[in-house]
Amino acid sequence: MNVLATGGRTSLWVSLGAVVLAVGAYLSLAVGVVPIPLSDMLSPDERQWMLLSQVRIPRLVAVLLSGAALAVAGLIMQRVTQNSFVSPSTSGTVEAAVLGILVATLLVPGISLLGKMVVAIVVAVAGTMIFLQLLQRIRHRDPIVVALVGLMYGGVLSAITVFIAYQRDLLQLLEIWTTGSFSAVMSGQYEPLYAVLAVGVLGYVFADRFTVVGMGREFATNLGVSYLRILYTALIILSVMTAVVVVVVGAIPFLGLIVPNVVSMFMGDHVRRTLPVTALAGAGFVLLCDVIGRTVRFPYEIPVATIAGVLGAGVFVWLILRAARRPGATR
Amino acid sequence: MTAVSDRASEILGLHPATGTSVTERERLRSIRRTAVILGLLCAGFAAAYLLWDVKGSWSYALDLRSRQLASLVVVGAAVGASSLVFQTIAGSRILTPGVMGFDSLYVLIQTVIVSVLGPSALQLMGVPERFILNTALLAGFGLLLFRWLFRAHSRNLFVLVLVGIVVGSFFTSLATFASRMLSPDDYLTLQTVLFASFTTVDVQLLGVTAAVAVLGMAALVPLLRRLDVVDLGKDAATGLGLDYHRIVTITLVVVTVLVATSTALVGPMLFLGLLVANLARQIVPTHRHTVLVPVAGAVGVLATVGGQFLVTHVFALNTTLSVVVNLVGGLYFLYLLLKAVRL
Repeated sequence: MNVLATGGRTSLWVSLGAVVLAVGAYLSLAVGVVPIPLSDMLSPDERQWMLLSQVRIPRLVAVLLSGAALAVAGLIMQRVTQNSFVSPSTSGTVEAAVLGILVATLLVPGISLLGKMVVAIVVAVAGTMIFLQLLQRIRHRDPIVVALVGLMYGGVLSAITVFIAYQRDLLQLLEIWTTGSFSAVMSGQYEPLYAVLAVGVLGYVFADRFTVVGMGREFATNLGVSYLRILYTALIILSVMTAVVVVVVGAIPFLGLIVPNVVSMFMGDHVRRTLPVTALAGAGFVLLCDVIGRTVRFPYEIPVATIAGVLGAGVFVWLILRAARRPGATR
Repeated sequence: MTAVSDRASEILGLHPATGTSVTERERLRSIRRTAVILGLLCAGFAAAYLLWDVKGSWSYALDLRSRQLASLVVVGAAVGASSLVFQTIAGSRILTPGVMGFDSLYVLIQTVIVSVLGPSALQLMGVPERFILNTALLAGFGLLLFRWLFRAHSRNLFVLVLVGIVVGSFFTSLATFASRMLSPDDYLTLQTVLFASFTTVDVQLLGVTAAVAVLGMAALVPLLRRLDVVDLGKDAATGLGLDYHRIVTITLVVVTVLVATSTALVGPMLFLGLLVANLARQIVPTHRHTVLVPVAGAVGVLATVGGQFLVTHVFALNTTLSVVVNLVGGLYFLYLLLKAVRL
């Protein structure tokens, strides 16, 4: 009975989220230097269709896919580590991916997008593994401490990246990778992002096993789950999602941390149940940031990373203070 | 309680076990030796910075380099002294103004002023007026930030540090946002007005910041002995008859003024203060601020002048000091954190 009720509420949340997102997405297509009236949207003339199909729709798809990917990557990382204050955006995965792109660009000049992506994924996996090793060595797995270690670890990685970029005069390129923006997205350029869909489905299939792995090695093994294999699966899924987004649009700060936390506030920690809503909420958050970025200084654009940095840091501070007020949550 | 009484007797100059000051004399001698070595090192690096590998016109090189040297000295001394004092009033070695987001707040205030007044009004306003306006606002908002953070969450050090770092990143994003709100033309003007380039130091700005830094440090002098008592903790200090609240507030104002001087000259240096203040506490075995603060200032000068000299001339790296400081400081912070957590 109880299970049925929660199940019903979940599908209610999913459909509500989907409807809100769909309406928002539809409205966002009208935003731009060339106005397209909503009434024309369903029967655009040739010029309008050109604009929609080449620029606006690709941009919308890129926004939704990257938001969903980063949020789900954060959710998976939080479940696997049983820690709500880690995420690829705040624990070094993004920074490792950026380092990977830089190394790829330096070692193989003129490397293809796919090549960059592969190197970024490999370095992101390695960088995240080092962070997980670091976590193992912290006895008090207090979320606040772990968040701090993650931020500092990411800071050190990005300091190394800046150091290398400075030596080779690549600071401007670095700025592009670290400041996510959808202004350059158009048809023929964003398609690699579809990879996150496939990986996301994989993540959904493995969702329950991630929860089990989060309970610890002995517990997982007792339940007949191959601990290491599932842990590495999670690691690869979240690294692929993060690295692909970073390569195509650049980094979007805090997203992977705050969205899963806010969703779990309403829906609890059941991964399989929260994953679709988390994906929707992540997509919605990035869509909101992108529309704000496109309208607030019209006709100029403010990168989505800047908006997400302001909103995300604000929400993160609120989450920290909320966690700190809960008795027993922190030492 | 024994720790407090140990520290109290140490401040009074007594050895806790015997009550005599035999070891104290040895300690003083070692402090004096350290001070001399530090002074010599600072002077040596300063001379090297001025004279190393001069090519072409000597007068041009000396003029430029002495300006750079002067601003390095101001930054180093201000960051060292302010960070050490801040650690004391915050009651932790991990907390420095840089870590708590004060530098980023300065940049944010600077950007907002430009956005509000507009670049044209800004050019009418002289460098000193602008700096003083920025600094006054920083002192006000810095006090609010400090009060807010420490009132609600004084129990947990890690919460404070995490909130400080995220708030710092929030300020940085807001500053970026504010500067993006300007039209591209204004944005370019702002860039040149806002960030004092370190290679071509503005003489006017250098003069103002140096004067303010000296004033700030002079204001610290009468506070130093009281800070020894503040170091014992709020309850012990109040019990000893100190007006804890007042001392902390005054110290904090001085700290924000010193932060403003260094940030105006080189921009935020997140971890410089952390490195310098902890290094100073390592090399002089005392809790007396009359010794600690000058040593921290000297270590700061050594770090900026020596660091800049090594980075640009000896290793000939195509990088800035702040990149190196971020790298080394980040690693050191991680080390401090992991050490604190394992206890």
